[in-house]
Amino acid sequence: MSTLAASAGSLASVTSAASATSTGEAIQFWILGTVAVVGALCTILMKKAVHSALSLAGTMIVLAVFYLANGAYFLGVVQIIVYTGAIMMLFLFVVMLVGVTAADSLKETLKGQRWLAALCGVGFGVLLIAGIGNASLNSFTGLGQANAGGNVEGLAALLFTKYVFAFEITGALLITASVGAMLLTHRERTERAMTQREMAEERVRKGTQLPPLPAPGVYARHNAVDIAGLLPDGTASELTVNKTLKARGQIRDVSNEAIADLKALERRSAERLGRDEEEVNS
Amino acid sequence: MNPVYYLYLASLLFTIGAAGVLIRRNAIVVFMCVELMLNACNLAFVTFSRLHGNLDGQIIAFFTMVVAAAEVVVGLAIIVSVFRSRHSASVDDASLMKL
Amino acid sequence: MENLIALLIAAPLLGAAVLLCGGRRLDRVGHWLGTLLAAVSFVVGVVLFSDMLGKSGDGRTLHQHLFSWIPVEGFQADIAFQLDQLSMTFVLLITGVGTLIHIYSIGYMEHDERRRRFFGYLNLFLAAMLLLVLADNYLLLYMGWEGVGLASYLLIGFWQHKPSAATAAKKAFLVNRVGDMGLSIAIMLMFTTFGTFAFGPVLGSTGDATEGKLTAIGLMLLLAACGKSAQVPLQSWLGDAMEGPTPVSALIHAATMVTAGVYLITRSGAIFNAAPDAQLVVVVVGAVTLLFGAIVGCAKDDIKKALAGSTMSQIGYMILAAGLGPIGYVFAIMHLVTHGFFKAGLFLGAGSVMHGMNDEVDMRKYGGLRKYMPVTFVTFGLGYLAIIGFPGLSGFFSKDKIIEAAFAKGGTEGWILGAVTLLGAAITAFYMTRVMLLTFFGEKRWQPDEKGNAPHPHESPRSMTIPMILLAVGSVFAGGFFSIGDRFVHWLEPVTGYHHGEAPVSAATVTGATMVVLVLGVALAWLMYGRKPVPVTAPRGSLLTRAARRDLLQDDFNHVVLVRGGEHLTRSLVYVDHTLVDGVVNGTAASFGGLSGRLRKLQNGYARTYAVSMFGGTAVLIAATLLMRAV
Repeated sequence: MSTLAASAGSLASVTSAASATSTGEAIQFWILGTVAVVGALCTILMKKAVHSALSLAGTMIVLAVFYLANGAYFLGVVQIIVYTGAIMMLFLFVVMLVGVTAADSLKETLKGQRWLAALCGVGFGVLLIAGIGNASLNSFTGLGQANAGGNVEGLAALLFTKYVFAFEITGALLITASVGAMLLTHRERTERAMTQREMAEERVRKGTQLPPLPAPGVYARHNAVDIAGLLPDGTASELTVNKTLKARGQIRDVSNEAIADLKALERRSAERLGRDEEEVNS
Repeated sequence: MNPVYYLYLASLLFTIGAAGVLIRRNAIVVFMCVELMLNACNLAFVTFSRLHGNLDGQIIAFFTMVVAAAEVVVGLAIIVSVFRSRHSASVDDASLMKL
Repeated sequence: MENLIALLIAAPLLGAAVLLCGGRRLDRVGHWLGTLLAAVSFVVGVVLFSDMLGKSGDGRTLHQHLFSWIPVEGFQADIAFQLDQLSMTFVLLITGVGTLIHIYSIGYMEHDERRRRFFGYLNLFLAAMLLLVLADNYLLLYMGWEGVGLASYLLIGFWQHKPSAATAAKKAFLVNRVGDMGLSIAIMLMFTTFGTFAFGPVLGSTGDATEGKLTAIGLMLLLAACGKSAQVPLQSWLGDAMEGPTPVSALIHAATMVTAGVYLITRSGAIFNAAPDAQLVVVVVGAVTLLFGAIVGCAKDDIKKALAGSTMSQIGYMILAAGLGPIGYVFAIMHLVTHGFFKAGLFLGAGSVMHGMNDEVDMRKYGGLRKYMPVTFVTFGLGYLAIIGFPGLSGFFSKDKIIEAAFAKGGTEGWILGAVTLLGAAITAFYMTRVMLLTFFGEKRWQPDEKGNAPHPHESPRSMTIPMILLAVGSVFAGGFFSIGDRFVHWLEPVTGYHHGEAPVSAATVTGATMVVLVLGVALAWLMYGRKPVPVTAPRGSLLTRAARRDLLQDDFNHVVLVRGGEHLTRSLVYVDHTLVDGVVNGTAASFGGLSGRLRKLQNGYARTYAVSMFGGTAVLIAATLLMRAV
């Protein structure tokens, strides 16, 4: 892919002030541009957050290709490594933490919000595109000269001379951000942790559940932690599943299934035995 | 084809991202939409860099990426701590600014 | 010599400070101290007077600049005094009569446990009154003006345990407020017109100001004079002021303070001379008050209130004379001085009678007192003869001159004024004879009161009779002393100016006419009160008598016009305030409240709603940018 982009870039850098790019780049733009827009639309329309994240990752990869095509080789690579590789994975990590299977309702709760959003979005997009169209950018310079000494070297020269202060400040920003994230997610223990003995004594004192909690799952048919164990009468016991799973609504209830299975078993045996009975009776 | 088309694409992606911010309730998805908007801007910067024939646009895009990384770290940390305390990642649930 | 001027004021001021701050340990010597300091002031006044007599002409005016009070660029207020012949006259009158009344009060207030405080107030009054007449600018005069007002208020309400005294003090204070407002406005006008308020520059440059401004200043000064001197329409407080102790009535409400208005008009003569319209109003006020007071005096059975009506009437004479301009100023002041003697004497006599009659003030319960109080009878009688203008006594000379000057005004005005002053003289003779007859002649009419205490009329102690005798001497001889060789005219002429007015009738004719009306007044009074016994309870009387008993309905007028009018004005203002002002304010508040209530719905707390508005705003910004580029 990078070779393709590089060829496109070298084509673009042939002339110093051109008015059009190569046909190859045009074809690439129209195909990948469609993919990018579809990915973006999927990002905002998918019910599950994980699907949104994947669509966004796709869009970002397409954008990386466009960066390469525009002569920003360093940025194209960084886009793939940092954005698609690191940031999107961080997103996925948080999505997993919050609950990967939970699907959002796309039903709008705020009155008029969707209409206003659509109005503003359409107005904004139309105005922006009209503005760009008005700008009459018919010719472009191309990066042939700027990238003559190599794109990375050119960027480095700028970064460590003209933008050196901004660069240093971004370093401070990153440190601050990481410290901030630590502070936000870190919880200080304000009291001594209970020892195992104390916990046992506490449990005895409360007297609600002395023995260990019953195990989840219905043996012989299911053994997953998200399936409540069945009581002798076939109903599900809430004690057997983790409270967090219950809060997320991720418990699978198989009690009806089990009862239905039992009924089916009884019927089948009854059919077989019934014939026998009939035979006996007859 | 003129590179201006990249700008049209960037506008379109930005608008889609903004619309996503407005209509989605899940904070994580909203955040993703913000990232989409940032990426659209980056594409515009890179395109400008090519149009003008200097690398400053790429430098700006580079800085945007750094800032976005920092923003994601803090933003996701906030989302996680909000989820921890409210058991919800919906931006509408955090409406304490209302009287 | 001029350094002594401040001592004139300082002595009584020191007395007031010591007596009012000294506490009970001064109770035994306080009255002596107060009297001594008043006497010191009088002695200083006499020394200054003899010094002044030794000089001639313009050299007689002394100035003392004590210190700069408010030295601001363009606004110089100095504590500075000016002692000229006019001030000198007042100084001698104030300190002389004041000292006599201090002595009188020692006896009169003997049984009052707050005597020390009384003397403190009297000294305060002396200091303020001297400041008033010695000031060399209007601002300092205003300070003295307010000071005498304060002293008057304190002394009228001296027996504050009596609700009537407290109310009278309040009334005097409030009515005086109206007049004082006039004085302060006049001073402000002077400052804007002349840029200063010192006597010399203001009175010397009246030619620079327009007549309209001078008229305004004059009318405001007249308002001030009306308030202080109890002239119509601000006359209502003087009758009630008789609630104060009798020495107060004699000193403040007969001899000195109430004449401050005359002093003010005479002092500001240059302004009035240049504003004929204001002068005309002064004359009208004087003439109206002259008759008003005389009529009220005829109907009152309370001896002090009858004398108060008389005071009002006599000051009316003075104001009228002062309003006549240079032909009258001198006679106004001359009548003021002689009136100071005889009216103070009459009041002291009345006080002496009350002292002997258990503080009874109703003349219908006196009668035949001449046998019981011979000294009081003689001194009171001399004062009586002086006030009605008996030939040879003080009142004869001073009042006669005013009547002459009124005729000399010339034209129809002169005839009207002359007639009014003659009529006033007749009524004066009538009501004073009535007082005299009711008090000292006829059958004794007093009876035991409810507790069975019959009054035992007796002569007053010497501390009271001696001042009465001295004042009687003044009442008899002052007028003649002043008039022989026009001494008083020559004395005051350098200050007030003098212009001899030619009356359309000869002086002898005027004197003759005065004698005729005098005899008529006395005869009528004798017919009504001397020939037949006087009933103890007053008969119902004619409509005029009943109106006069109610002070010619002055309080009813004030109540209906000012109090009711004020109430209605206030009520309508409150209504306007409630409906219009509050309506606008509350309406604004309500509309903002309603608007806010609706706008509040925009703030629903959802971040996404805010994001929509931000996004919409960005779209608008882009639209604006494009539009500006297109334009």
